[in-house]
Amino acid sequence: MKPPPFRYADPGSVDEALDVLAAEGDGAKVLAGGQSLLPLLAMRLAAPATLVDVNRVPGLDRVEASAGGVRVGALVRHAGLLRDTAAAEVQPLLARATADVAHPAIRNRGTTVGSIAHADPSGELTAVLALTGGSVTVARPSGRAEVGWRDLFVGPLETSLSGPAVVVDAFFPALAERSGTAFAEIARRKGDYAVCGAAVVVTLDEDRRVAAVRAAYLSVGPVPEVHDLTEAVAGKPVDSADWAAAGALARTLVDPDTDLHATADYRRLLVGVLTERTLAEAAAEAAGRTAA
Amino acid sequence: MTTKLFGEPVRRREDARLITGRGRYLDDIGAGALAAAFVRSPHAHARITDIDVEAALDVEGLVAIYTYEDLTGPMAEPLPVLIPHPQLHAPRTGYPLADGVVHHVGEPVVMVVATDRYVAEDAAERIVVGYEELPVVVGIDTARAAEHAVHPDVPDNVAARHHQETGDVEPALAASPHTLTFTQTIERSACTPLEGKGVHARWDPDDGSLRVYSSTQASTSVRAAIAAKLELSLDRVEVIAPDVGGGFGVKIVHPWPEELLVPMAAMRLGREVKWAEDRREHFVSSAHERGQRQEVTVGFDDDGRLTALDVHVWHDNGAYTPYGIIVPIITATQLVGPYVVPVYRVVVESLYTNTVIVTPYRGAGRPQACFAMERTMDRIADALGLDRAEVRRRNLITPDQFPYDHHLTFQDGRPVVYDSGDYPGLLEKLTALVGWESVEERRAEAAGRGKLLGAGMALYVEGTGPGPYEGGHVQVLGSGKVLVSTGLTSQGQGHETVFAQIVASELGVPMEDVEVHTGDTRRFGYAVGTFASRAAVMSGNAVALAARGVREKALRIAADVLEADPSDLEIDEGLVQVRGTPGASIPLRTVAVLSNPLRYAFDEAAKQATQFATHDDTKPPVAPGDAPGLEHRDYYSPLRSTFASGAHAAVVEIDPQTWEIDVVQYAVVHDCGNVVNPMIVEGQVHGGVAQGVGGALYERMAYDADGQLQNASFMDFLVPYASEVPDVVIDHQQTPSPLNPLGIKGAGEAGVIPGSAALASAIEDAVGRRVAAMPISPSELYDLVRDDTAERTAASTRRTGATA
Amino acid sequence: MTSIDTERTVSLTVNGVPREARVPVRRVLADALRDDLGLTGTHVGCAHGVCGSCTVLVDGEPVRSCLVLAVQVQGAAVTTVEGLARDDHRGGQVLHPVQEAFRECHALQCGFCTPGFLVTIAAGLEARDAAEEITEEEVDELVGGNLCRCTGYTNIKKAVRHAAATMREDAR
Ligand SMILES: Cc1cc2nc3c(=O)[nH]c(=O)nc-3n(C[C@H](O)[C@H](O)[C@H](O)COP(=O)(O)OP(=O)(O)OC[C@H]3O[C@@H](n4cnc5c(N)ncnc54)[C@H](O)[C@@H]3O)c2cc1C
Ligand code: FES
Ligand code: FES
Repeated sequence: MKPPPFRYADPGSVDEALDVLAAEGDGAKVLAGGQSLLPLLAMRLAAPATLVDVNRVPGLDRVEASAGGVRVGALVRHAGLLRDTAAAEVQPLLARATADVAHPAIRNRGTTVGSIAHADPSGELTAVLALTGGSVTVARPSGRAEVGWRDLFVGPLETSLSGPAVVVDAFFPALAERSGTAFAEIARRKGDYAVCGAAVVVTLDEDRRVAAVRAAYLSVGPVPEVHDLTEAVAGKPVDSADWAAAGALARTLVDPDTDLHATADYRRLLVGVLTERTLAEAAAEAAGRTAA
Repeated sequence: MTTKLFGEPVRRREDARLITGRGRYLDDIGAGALAAAFVRSPHAHARITDIDVEAALDVEGLVAIYTYEDLTGPMAEPLPVLIPHPQLHAPRTGYPLADGVVHHVGEPVVMVVATDRYVAEDAAERIVVGYEELPVVVGIDTARAAEHAVHPDVPDNVAARHHQETGDVEPALAASPHTLTFTQTIERSACTPLEGKGVHARWDPDDGSLRVYSSTQASTSVRAAIAAKLELSLDRVEVIAPDVGGGFGVKIVHPWPEELLVPMAAMRLGREVKWAEDRREHFVSSAHERGQRQEVTVGFDDDGRLTALDVHVWHDNGAYTPYGIIVPIITATQLVGPYVVPVYRVVVESLYTNTVIVTPYRGAGRPQACFAMERTMDRIADALGLDRAEVRRRNLITPDQFPYDHHLTFQDGRPVVYDSGDYPGLLEKLTALVGWESVEERRAEAAGRGKLLGAGMALYVEGTGPGPYEGGHVQVLGSGKVLVSTGLTSQGQGHETVFAQIVASELGVPMEDVEVHTGDTRRFGYAVGTFASRAAVMSGNAVALAARGVREKALRIAADVLEADPSDLEIDEGLVQVRGTPGASIPLRTVAVLSNPLRYAFDEAAKQATQFATHDDTKPPVAPGDAPGLEHRDYYSPLRSTFASGAHAAVVEIDPQTWEIDVVQYAVVHDCGNVVNPMIVEGQVHGGVAQGVGGALYERMAYDADGQLQNASFMDFLVPYASEVPDVVIDHQQTPSPLNPLGIKGAGEAGVIPGSAALASAIEDAVGRRVAAMPISPSELYDLVRDDTAERTAASTRRTGATA
Repeated sequence: MTSIDTERTVSLTVNGVPREARVPVRRVLADALRDDLGLTGTHVGCAHGVCGSCTVLVDGEPVRSCLVLAVQVQGAAVTTVEGLARDDHRGGQVLHPVQEAFRECHALQCGFCTPGFLVTIAAGLEARDAAEEITEEEVDELVGGNLCRCTGYTNIKKAVRHAAATMREDAR
């Protein structure tokens, strides 16, 4: 379990990184926290010709929280985002989900953006990006562009990025007015990738009735999906909404797979349970943020 | 025992180096050695058609490549069947490197030696092996169906049919007021010590000697195997087990192919060669255990007392049987547990499958045995509407029945005669410790919180400390230092501390003066190994006997000097003194000096023993029958095993929405006779329980039908983290063994044995559905509870007012 | 122009001592520490990030040294288990409270996982306010990311409480 041979560069800017990526061609890969890439190398499941380490690029380690949302630079570690109170304020889902990513030592190294670029449908942050309707900024030799989450995730561990490209940040829109969020997951061992997880957002109208309910799930499909569950509870007063009905609806919308750790049916069960539980929590938060 | 060290929670002396990074594990040895890597079979069953090494040859740093063609003499023959048995009628073993056919994924086919492991892996990756795939046999059912054979000359896939019976079971069953028949399964798991295996070898061409370090549980036997296979005289080979990062059984198997190939390469190349197994290799090429299917028929009377027990077990032994049928025998014989079983018949069929070999993992067939017997007890209780503890109580062997003969033959070829125990005492302590009487109240309380609570228990008896023997050597140096050595090895059990405690107690010296060495054939050449909870019993008693020999000699010499009778002398704090006569004393170190009559005074102390310093010219300096030096070597060889026992109870809470299983209480009562160091024994129990919980709820070696191990990583083979292991409460009972001088029984494996049985019982109690297959995950539990055909327990029906 | 290499010289501080090693770029930090710098106290139990036995501190924070390339710690300060004890300026060493606690509480058996636990717990305890009594949640967090196959964790948790208590005494 030793990495195969590769060449290594640690450019000092995004442009230099792009130059190296362009020059090295298809065999080149970006190295960020390495917490997903290095295990793949150790198992020799990946054999990039060149690793382009972006860790020395200045300016990518910033979290910028503004009224509109949170922009997370490519070198922000999971641990850094978890500590960022301003970010949690603007989009509480970030910290809630990140707390369930792996263990502290891995969070000290792995990056939020890396986990999105890795496009693991079991990852917490891919689901959060999807649910919040987020996007990433992709730098290419031709310039920078925003890529929305729907266009980014194309398959398990597969993004639409090809050719020389560096994701320089990810943007998570702020939690909307009169809204609340919650996150929950069930993993076999604490810190493991989830058997199933749910991230939800509930939005109320001015009368504290349910206006919109959306959910995204972990480990239930090849790519993160967002499901609109509003119809199950639309217009219901927040205190008497039937979250179980929303859970039941969610179960009909997902199409999970069976693997070593759980059957598809069990995952579907959890989708229902976690949806119900997180919605109740999110609704309470939304209610708290909505003047009576 | 009179001195205070025996029985004290003395802090471990090995810790000083291990907490500062100064331990020496296998891969810490031999910086700069060449590294070995292996091309292993990617197929579970295939004929090798071609091995093309061409592409590897230009890898810079490549030193050598070996295939079966390069093996000569005994190396080209199959690996030994380590433990032959007449009922193992079709033993099969592999070769150090595959000879034409591979029988499991992970089997070594080509060995590569290079300047470092990175390069060795590069070269191995480029070697192209052609395979013609053969039909694959995976799982007990497929093996029994025998549509295909793992070994063509064993068409029914049956390696062994182990059979024991204590009477005529059929008439006894026919005459029983009640009978029950049921089937259960237990899945594969494995030891997975955090350190994999590893071998380092150095050949000295000048004196033709080989020094091998191996992360093994049996250095003396590895040595003998290397000498035999590489055609060396035994005295030219030394094998040393350095600090070993856990074993749990997998490192008792030997010689592993790598234990022979690495020394072979070192000899051929004249260079140091090392192989440190990586995690993936460990999963696919080291041993697994546990996988069994059990069919139980039990007869019992209206009170729930056993009348007859008939058990048929199918045991998955993997592709080869190097370790014989030890696991089947242990399952067969330990199944009866602490109970009186009037008539017992057991048949264990050991089956070949195209999977990695199956050899003992901590517990070694006992967790399965316990699962069979304890779940039988639960079923009897359920059928009769009796309390599960009460049914057990009625069947227990009572303290006045010892020695208790089960009329079975144990893994050491000796009778299963329990030496001592107090099983009703264990049960009583357990029910008190766990609060068995209040389970119904707690169930109601948990229900109020929306949780399903259940409790379960399991008892076991564990044959520990089997022979044939272990030895010990104790030597007092002129410096006062006491050197102790024994041949068996250590993997974290604290032997350096425990044996030092024993010797210090026996000899009357401060523990700081005692230095213990284990697992080093340079120091002690005769040994069996560390397995079956035998180290404290076997080597503990051997070093005690050796210390007693030293003591006797020391008293004799000191009596001469002090002109006293040896029986009036005592040794305390390293001083030999006349009892009750202060001042009439001589330090033990001086006795050591005097024990060796000298011509040359190489240091100050030695002067006392030189020829002009001593005066008795009536006898030769070394009397006939005597020997120079204050040392003694002795062996302990028991008549038969000693039987430790214990009882565990688990309380679980299950979330009826997600079917997550939370172990909220885990209680252990433990009896391993006299205890040398209670701190270390408790540590063994904690570790065992964690493995028991892991085996019950998390760990499973998942092979697919093609014989590919689906979860060959720590990411997917779920060794519990701290978050998954419950806190354990422990109570002790001490029933000394009458069989050995120290009255001790083994403690190493106990903690793991009842885990699956107790947790299955607790989960069943919580959900009211029969749990007949372990391990069980929340996903599987969900399948069970919504399966309309799944059997409901009578207890649950009674509880819910017979609605179901 | 960015250089693209197959080998590099890495300079770093290990346990307070400046060190340098010429390494192939693919060498992971764990191997560099063990094989190039001779610090074999850091162990490799899985090489894929799960077990934590390879954990070391990079600039004070625990990381898996099997999942970091040696070339990535250029200029960094690395602490391994060998660097936990302090020099007593009399030729000996003063063990870190967590080392003492592991011995006192029998928190190790084979000792293979121990270095990873020790550095993780030491860093965690040092990062918190020593005057505060440690909570069970903190204890769980400190031990929760490393595997131990021998101890069942009971005594490791006990050692964390013990070490925290010692550090609390010292903080008074
Ligand atoms: C034991 C263990 C448990 C884990 N558990 C979880 C878990 O529960 N949940 C979870 O979400 N993750 C988990 N992870 C993964 C961890 O979160 C990783 O940090 C994350 O998935 C990848 O981030 P990274 O910075 O380490 O990326 P890297 O490993 O460096 O890269 C991953 C991939 O993304 C690409 N990439 C990274 N950054 C960029 C960029 N800026 N631009 C373009 N491409 C880029 C790389 O080329 C590579 O293909 C676990 C990891 C381990 C070892
Ligand atoms: S060796 Fe690095 S985490 Fe296991
Ligand atoms: S002490 Fe052996 S793995 Fe932890």
